[in-house]
Amino acid sequence: MAYLELKNVSKSFGNSPVLKDVNLSVESGEFVAIVGFSGAGKTTLISLIAGLLNPTSGLVTLNGAVITAPGPDRGIVFQNYSLLPWLTVFENILLAVEAVFPSWSAEQQKAHVEKYIEMVNLTPARNKKPSELSGGMRQRVSVARTLAMEPQILLLDEPLSALDALTRATLQDEIARIRTQHQKTIVLITNDPDEGIYLADRIIPLTAGPSATLGPSFEVKIPHPRDRKSINHDEHFKQLRREIVDFMLGSKSERHTAITKKLILPDIEPEDLNIPRSMTAWRKTPIRKREQKEEAVEVKP
Amino acid sequence: MKSFKFDWLVLPFIGIAVVMLLWQVSCATWAKDLPTPSKTWETSKPYIMEPFAKRGEMDQGILRFTWYSLILVAKGYALALIIGTPIGFFLGLSKTFTKAFDPIIQVLRPVSPLAWLPLGLVLFMGAGKNASELGALFTIAVCSMWPTVLNTAVGVRAIPQDYLNVAKVLKLSRRKTLFKVLIPASLPYMFTGFRLSLGIAWLVIVAAEMLTGRPGVGGFLWQEYNALIYEHIILCIITIGVVGFILDRLMSVVEKKFKTA
Ligand SMILES: Nc1ncnc2c1ncn2[C@@H]1O[C@H](COP(=O)(O)OP(=O)(O)O)[C@@H](O)[C@H]1O
Ligand SMILES: [Mg+2]
Repeated sequence: MAYLELKNVSKSFGNSPVLKDVNLSVESGEFVAIVGFSGAGKTTLISLIAGLLNPTSGLVTLNGAVITAPGPDRGIVFQNYSLLPWLTVFENILLAVEAVFPSWSAEQQKAHVEKYIEMVNLTPARNKKPSELSGGMRQRVSVARTLAMEPQILLLDEPLSALDALTRATLQDEIARIRTQHQKTIVLITNDPDEGIYLADRIIPLTAGPSATLGPSFEVKIPHPRDRKSINHDEHFKQLRREIVDFMLGSKSERHTAITKKLILPDIEPEDLNIPRSMTAWRKTPIRKREQKEEAVEVKP
Repeated sequence: MKSFKFDWLVLPFIGIAVVMLLWQVSCATWAKDLPTPSKTWETSKPYIMEPFAKRGEMDQGILRFTWYSLILVAKGYALALIIGTPIGFFLGLSKTFTKAFDPIIQVLRPVSPLAWLPLGLVLFMGAGKNASELGALFTIAVCSMWPTVLNTAVGVRAIPQDYLNVAKVLKLSRRKTLFKVLIPASLPYMFTGFRLSLGIAWLVIVAAEMLTGRPGVGGFLWQEYNALIYEHIILCIITIGVVGFILDRLMSVVEKKFKTA
């Protein structure tokens, strides 16, 4: 039995099916990339593995044990970084370390935090709040926080999607480096086939939703460490990219159009109490003004 | 840059001058019983120039009265926060709790302090000498806690799922989740509630003192009305307004601090 297994996993929210009959097995130490369109259900899939969601049907197992709740053995790097804005870089990571290694002494915990801050080259920013950092730096903190928990498996949910191309390339190299240093099992979610091929041992497309499922798995037979420049001219790379893109476009048999939806990133604006409140007001989403982010979402016409 | 002084000094000054003029004109025309500005100043002078004087139980400097009122407000307000914040948290965290208690909160919220006060006095009738103070505290707490309750609840509901996910993935204990995630995430909302609550507490104090005759700005106002010294009514109104304004400014400074944090 493989290290991480998804068996006929389906997930619906109410009446809308998001994932249907997803099967996946990942061996220990393997680096698997899952590519899919926005809104296909990638975050849903990774949340199932993380245990933040439970499948509507099917089983998710890690080392043979069924996953029902989140745990520090599965380190997840969230799409929105999810740093706590009221804590500094150091405190954000310390919170994780304290939670995962409660038996360590305070000095041990602090030294451990420093080690990982150093590893992502953020020592000069250790006492800064997330709001003072660039997107790339925030994502590095988020990665450091997850690595500091020393999870058995790393789940990366579009960790680089919100970054500019240059930062993205740098962080891709950093992920590749972490990979060779730590030999961890990694599941990377991405919307960029090139990124998947560059980093992973195996790349699996997720078909367009609703009722998305995983397609065939494409093995990347390019030895590590890979070189960004020469890989672009590699025949195998080109061939793989063509096959994956063809498969993904083919899965989009029904035409989808993209709309942009506003993702609201954490920040808080109090409610105006002069607006009358009805009994159903708890349903009302509060206003969070700053840091709105556009995300493209596929919808059927 | 050039308009800074104009906007912040000259314009408000013009506003004040216009109101004074209207006041003066009113005294001369339709409101014969209204003391003129100069008369108000003349009569109020001893209370302003010796703001902490104590000549008798109900004859004290205006700041001394204000001080009494502020102490009572502080106690009632503290009570409101101590009771209101946890209720807000429960409302925010539990939909069942919300469904059970939201209707009653919506019904109690608009009830005037003038209606609560007699109930407060009845409740603490047994307390003898302290009845009026306890009744006033009860009224302040009951009337001023709602913005804290509601804003805290909204703040807790507004906590982004991301933060809750972090707490779940890290398996934070309940205590840590509360102190490291829930409270910091809802603090900006809570402080908006605290500020609005303070405004109401200050409104209520005047009513409470008027009805109970306790020494304080409100009590003084009512006494001087009965003694036909109308100048002091105006003195009290201005004092109440200025103090309320200062309290609000102070709270919004604190509030801003948490919003940008
Ligand atoms: N908690 C939820 N409740 C209802 N619908 C959801 C929820 N989470 C995600 N969805 C829906 O599931 C679909 C897939 O979402 P998601 O997994 O976030 O996609 P991706 O990460 O691939 O962009 C979307 O249509 C989204 O609206
Ligand atoms: Mg996603």
